[in-house]
Amino acid sequence: MSLSAHDKEIVAKTWTKIAPKAAEIGGDALGRLIVVFPQTKIYFSHFADLSPTSPQIKAHGAKVLGAIGQAVSGIDNVSASLSKLSELHAYNLRVDPVNFKLLAHTLLVTLSASLGAEFTPEVHLAWDKFLAIVATVLSEKYR
Amino acid sequence: MVHWTEEERCTISTLWDKIDTEEVGHQALTRSHLVVYPWTQRYFSTFGNLSKPAAIAGNPKVRAHGKRVIVALGDAIKNLDNVKATYAKLSELHSEKLHVDPENFRLLGEALIIVLAGQFGAAFTPAVQATWQKLLSVVISALSSKYH
Repeated sequence: MSLSAHDKEIVAKTWTKIAPKAAEIGGDALGRLIVVFPQTKIYFSHFADLSPTSPQIKAHGAKVLGAIGQAVSGIDNVSASLSKLSELHAYNLRVDPVNFKLLAHTLLVTLSASLGAEFTPEVHLAWDKFLAIVATVLSEKYR
Repeated sequence: MVHWTEEERCTISTLWDKIDTEEVGHQALTRSHLVVYPWTQRYFSTFGNLSKPAAIAGNPKVRAHGKRVIVALGDAIKNLDNVKATYAKLSELHSEKLHVDPENFRLLGEALIIVLAGQFGAAFTPAVQATWQKLLSVVISALSSKYH
């Protein structure tokens, strides 16, 4: 399920809309992840504060969105754009790939809450596909 | 039996009272389900024109069905302490007659959460989302209970 030219256009357009509040969106998505799927807290056991409004969660969410922005800029070759992150997740972090799907879901929820009616079915479709590709790339080197 | 706190019951009913069943059902089914997961159209072959997002959005059978699904969700909400029994017949229907793969319940559930987020914005907090995802997982479990 690859991205059409139209999908890529939609993802890029959405990104320019949300880029100014990328940090806030990342923080919100990660906050939702740890509340809705509490088992994901295991990956953040070194954070002093594991509430959804924790400054550490917000900072980390911002980082995650930054990486997604990188993938958007290099959307024609997400594998190359996220190559280092792919290695990090495979050899160091060893985040179970199922969690990429969970975060993709909470990110779509955040985008929907943030964009309202602008988060049309076509925008939802394009981002669902794009985040699935990001998830695949991140787990590419696991085995 | 599923345990619900007073807070969870309150969260569910507060949001439920604000939901337009027809509109939310329509959005969840069309916007998020038939468009984002187009292979699910296979279950709606008698519904007529589903060729494009605009066709899906304007299709009266789709609208009617979306409403039906959310009205059924209302039944679960009225019977929070006994969703499994409430859905016994529906579960049999989906398994024996409709042959719907239970994965689709999960997909529609996710779509519904996204529609609710779009409608309620910041008021759809992580805690509210968690409660509604719990509700949907109970519903999905009940719907899947009669599958062999």
